[in-house]
Amino acid sequence: MTTATQPAPRDDTALLSAHGLTLGFDGRTVVPSLDVAFARGTVTSVIGPNGCGKSTLLRGLGRLLRPQAGRVALDGGDLAGMSSRATAQRMSILPQTPHAPSGLTVGELVARGRHPRQRWYQQFSHSDEGAIADALAATDIADLAATPLEDLSGGQRQRAWISMILAQETELMLLDEPTTYLDLAHQVDVLELVRRLNQDMGRTVVMVLHDISLAARYSDVIIAMRDGRIVAEGPPSDVITPELLWEVFGLRAEVIQEPTEGRPHVVPLGAGSVKSAAAPGMRAGLQVMSEADA
Amino acid sequence: MGVLVVIASLALSLAFGGRPTSFEELVHAVFAPDGSVADIAIRELRWPRTLNALAVGTCVGVAGCLAQGQTRNPIADPGLLGIYPGAALAIVAGSLLPGAAGMSTYAQAGFAFAGAVTACALVIAVGSATRHGATPLTLVLAGAAVSALAGGVVSLIVLSSDAALDTLRFWQMGSVAARGALLPQLVPLIIVGLVLAVANIGPLNALALGDDTARSLGVSVARARILGLAALAVLAAASVTLAGPLAFAGLLVPHAVRGLVGADYRWQIPGSALFGASLLLLTDTAGRVIARPGELPVGVVLAVVGAPFFIYLARRRRLVTL
Repeated sequence: MTTATQPAPRDDTALLSAHGLTLGFDGRTVVPSLDVAFARGTVTSVIGPNGCGKSTLLRGLGRLLRPQAGRVALDGGDLAGMSSRATAQRMSILPQTPHAPSGLTVGELVARGRHPRQRWYQQFSHSDEGAIADALAATDIADLAATPLEDLSGGQRQRAWISMILAQETELMLLDEPTTYLDLAHQVDVLELVRRLNQDMGRTVVMVLHDISLAARYSDVIIAMRDGRIVAEGPPSDVITPELLWEVFGLRAEVIQEPTEGRPHVVPLGAGSVKSAAAPGMRAGLQVMSEADA
Repeated sequence: MGVLVVIASLALSLAFGGRPTSFEELVHAVFAPDGSVADIAIRELRWPRTLNALAVGTCVGVAGCLAQGQTRNPIADPGLLGIYPGAALAIVAGSLLPGAAGMSTYAQAGFAFAGAVTACALVIAVGSATRHGATPLTLVLAGAAVSALAGGVVSLIVLSSDAALDTLRFWQMGSVAARGALLPQLVPLIIVGLVLAVANIGPLNALALGDDTARSLGVSVARARILGLAALAVLAAASVTLAGPLAFAGLLVPHAVRGLVGADYRWQIPGSALFGASLLLLTDTAGRVIARPGELPVGVVLAVVGAPFFIYLARRRRLVTL
């Protein structure tokens, strides 16, 4: 924790923060020197076009990718100095395409979330059993505990994976595109679950999402990325604007208020050329939009 | 349950041999030996090979389970890391040394074990020399490359040396009968391998969910992989030294065990040890009984038993992935 006398500008409530974080692979830099902070108790969604570095950022934050430079701090402590076991007791990550052996049941999968809290000489305890039961109940799949994972629908399977990282009992959860391959009803189902985890169970969530409107609907903070940099950051209603959608996605769109919670909702008008979305092109794009409006 | 099967298999292995013996003779040999022909057959011949089959079966079973678990590859076997060509190369190269004609079986076993472990180390080193460290794919590729290279050199040597060919023929026979006397020397190494395998159970369960998930569960992936591969190398090298190439058993055992106990390595590793031991004991016994008064090497019997099992696996509705 930072002291009250010299609070870092944006670190005082941050559970997770990155400082000059530079990420990449194959000698290529995808995310150059990035600073970001995630406040405790919030749901943050990272959005951006394909290849903008949002999944790379999440992997870097979740120490699945070693930074080329800079550092990640969890609750003020440098992640590089923490053991992977200690980190795994405080932060869980759901990778984009997780892998499961055939025949693995939902109960067995969720039990593996207890790994960071077990020792090889003491494999299972009562607190493990309690955490597993709670995780199954919270994700509403307790009746599927004995079912092999491959017999589940896509939505149920995703809930089982979230249940697994829930059993890890970490304050912070990182989700890499948790709604991929799901139909809209199941996407909403997963995001409602994320909201419950945040509001009822106090978990801090950072996720990468593709659907901007769903991100706006279920997040406290939106981070919009392009070319490895953060273009905008803030509450959904501040960030999700036609100008930003053009700048970040090269998408001409209107933003309306959805009727349930008054959150921004994106109505696409048509995609422009992503390449022309640099500063001059953006002005041209906005002109096109105003012409269309006229 | 599994322990009972092993004990029963052990009793069968003692009771049946190339020479028919009665139950009284067996009891006589075990509890009151006086040097009769049956006593000697059971105590001097069957007992060492039975212990050898037990040890080799345990090694091959656990090694196969580790090989498949570490690579998440259901067709990986204990030969994955190049132990067989490695051991063969060390043995034929050793037979070319001056004074090789008088070399003892113990010295040759030393060559075999050292060759197998060296090949494993080379495969692990090559397979780890990528930016991701040792991944299932790089390990399989490195194993194939090292195996091909060592196999090529072996072919070259045996083509030019009859002595080398004779030595290789002795060591390449998949049999638990010939080299049971080597077991006491290898027992400490086998125990080390088994302890490492047990310590690898938790990480294996996490690694089964993919390297990323394992890492997020707090597993140090590089360390867990090296630990598991070291256990695999020691166990596989011990088995090849004691009984020659029996990779097929190492492929078959983990599949059968997964079918019995499911995907959890806390059951798979001990299950593979027990199943492997029973399988080797039973197939070795069968080999002695089928071809009386001669015998079939256990490698041959395993192939005959194992092939139909794999046809059954391939025909199952749900294909096995790891």
